[in-house]
Amino acid sequence: MNTWLSIDGLSLTEGGTRIIADVSLTLGAQRTVVLGPNGAGKSTLLRLIHDLLHPSTGVLYWPRPLSQAMVFQRPVMLRTTALTNVIYGLKLKGFKTGEARRRAQESLARVGLEHLALRPARLLSGGEQQRVALARAWALEPELLILDEPTASLDPASSREVERIIGDIAASGARILMTTHNLGQARRIAEDIVFIDRGRIVEQTPVAQFFKLPQTPAAQSFLQEEMP
Amino acid sequence: MHEFNEPLITAWQLVAGADARLAGIVLLSLRVSLAATLIACVIGMPIGALLAVGRFPGRRTLIVLFNGLMGLPPVVVGLLVYLLLSRAGPLGQFGLLFSPEAMIIAQAILVTPIVAALTRQVVADSWSEYREQLRSLGASRGRAAATLLWDGRFSLSTAALAGFGRAIAEVGAVMIVGGNIDGVTRVMTTTIALETSKGDLPLALALGFILITVVLAINAVAYALRGWAERHWG
Ligand SMILES: Nc1ncnc2c1ncn2[C@@H]1O[C@H](COP(=O)(O)OP(=O)(O)O)[C@@H](O)[C@H]1O
Ligand SMILES: [Mg+2]
Repeated sequence: MNTWLSIDGLSLTEGGTRIIADVSLTLGAQRTVVLGPNGAGKSTLLRLIHDLLHPSTGVLYWPRPLSQAMVFQRPVMLRTTALTNVIYGLKLKGFKTGEARRRAQESLARVGLEHLALRPARLLSGGEQQRVALARAWALEPELLILDEPTASLDPASSREVERIIGDIAASGARILMTTHNLGQARRIAEDIVFIDRGRIVEQTPVAQFFKLPQTPAAQSFLQEEMP
Repeated sequence: MHEFNEPLITAWQLVAGADARLAGIVLLSLRVSLAATLIACVIGMPIGALLAVGRFPGRRTLIVLFNGLMGLPPVVVGLLVYLLLSRAGPLGQFGLLFSPEAMIIAQAILVTPIVAALTRQVVADSWSEYREQLRSLGASRGRAAATLLWDGRFSLSTAALAGFGRAIAEVGAVMIVGGNIDGVTRVMTTTIALETSKGDLPLALALGFILITVVLAINAVAYALRGWAERHWG
């Protein structure tokens, strides 16, 4: 297992409360899913790794800096077409107009949305918007794709489609780091599970073992509550 | 009753007959206020966007300042521009006082804070929604400001129309810097003020009709545009 990120003593304190408390973690699996109860600090941890938040203490050590993209729970679409939304991300990365358009079209085709490329993005369904967000991220060919509960507000059919796309992105070589409320999805996607509670890492376990025999009482009771 | 009706009828005849003098006044009004609004948008929208997404010392003070300047009394703006443009003033050499250009400058100053403050509100709202996504994609703050201006183009057209509504309806600033010279700097509001005081009610009333119609039309256009944009772009 090739370590791509070592986190050492990471903390984030916001208004007197410690949201992330002394997290040390080594990430090496290609696909890692972070699980934990509501408010555990999953989203915050992903934002710290994606450099959207700055830690109060601690360091992130990247053996080799990885290009990253992130997909959020609620897709953020600009008031323009789906295609232009994807092109926008590519342009920010320095692609020229023609090349950006070509890549954007390819990316939309990979998420099965080429037929909606010229539709106003904000008028697409929630599931379609999330697929545009995935296309926008995938077009950048990130070495690390971070996803924060990408299917939390989607119906089951859309969730399956998004999950299929995440699998394809992983198959294309990107590392996946995500959170989800859907334990079936975690089981299908993850190699490694990181379980966190109240801002602390409770355990990091290979997926099969985590679902068969979690190492800690906190994870055991979490699984019991989520899968009665 | 007769006293009241007669000016009304004459006013209507002026409007319906597209009276040349009336048309000249209306067109000058529109030209001055449109130009002023355009200048105010070019200056005020970037300022508003940077106030919304920027991080620099004095930002809060500037926000309060621009919000306060929305209520700037037109006569005070007129007085300041008068002092700037008068023969002895710092810009006196250009000889702009009592010209349509002077009126454009005065109204632009009046309207810029309105456009900037309304723009800041619109952009700040979408910034809170887009912020993480734009940063994730690697947009600098300047780039984010430009993106949000483009994204908010339909809401911002309302800001521009609000500015135009303020410009076309104000009388104090254009009166002072324009001088209300017949055929040169006489606009709707100053003509209404003058003709009313002279007792020539038909022309004043006719202009009053047109002014109200313009203001109502602006609001109707703003409303329709927003509705269309909402349906078309979400
Ligand atoms: N900016 C903030 N200021 C204060 N508290 C915050 C802030 N952001 C998140 N929190 C708190 O930190 C905790 C962890 O939040 P989050 O990372 O969103 O949890 P999760 O994604 O696991 O549900 C929650 O209790 C939340 O209320
Ligand atoms: Mg969360």
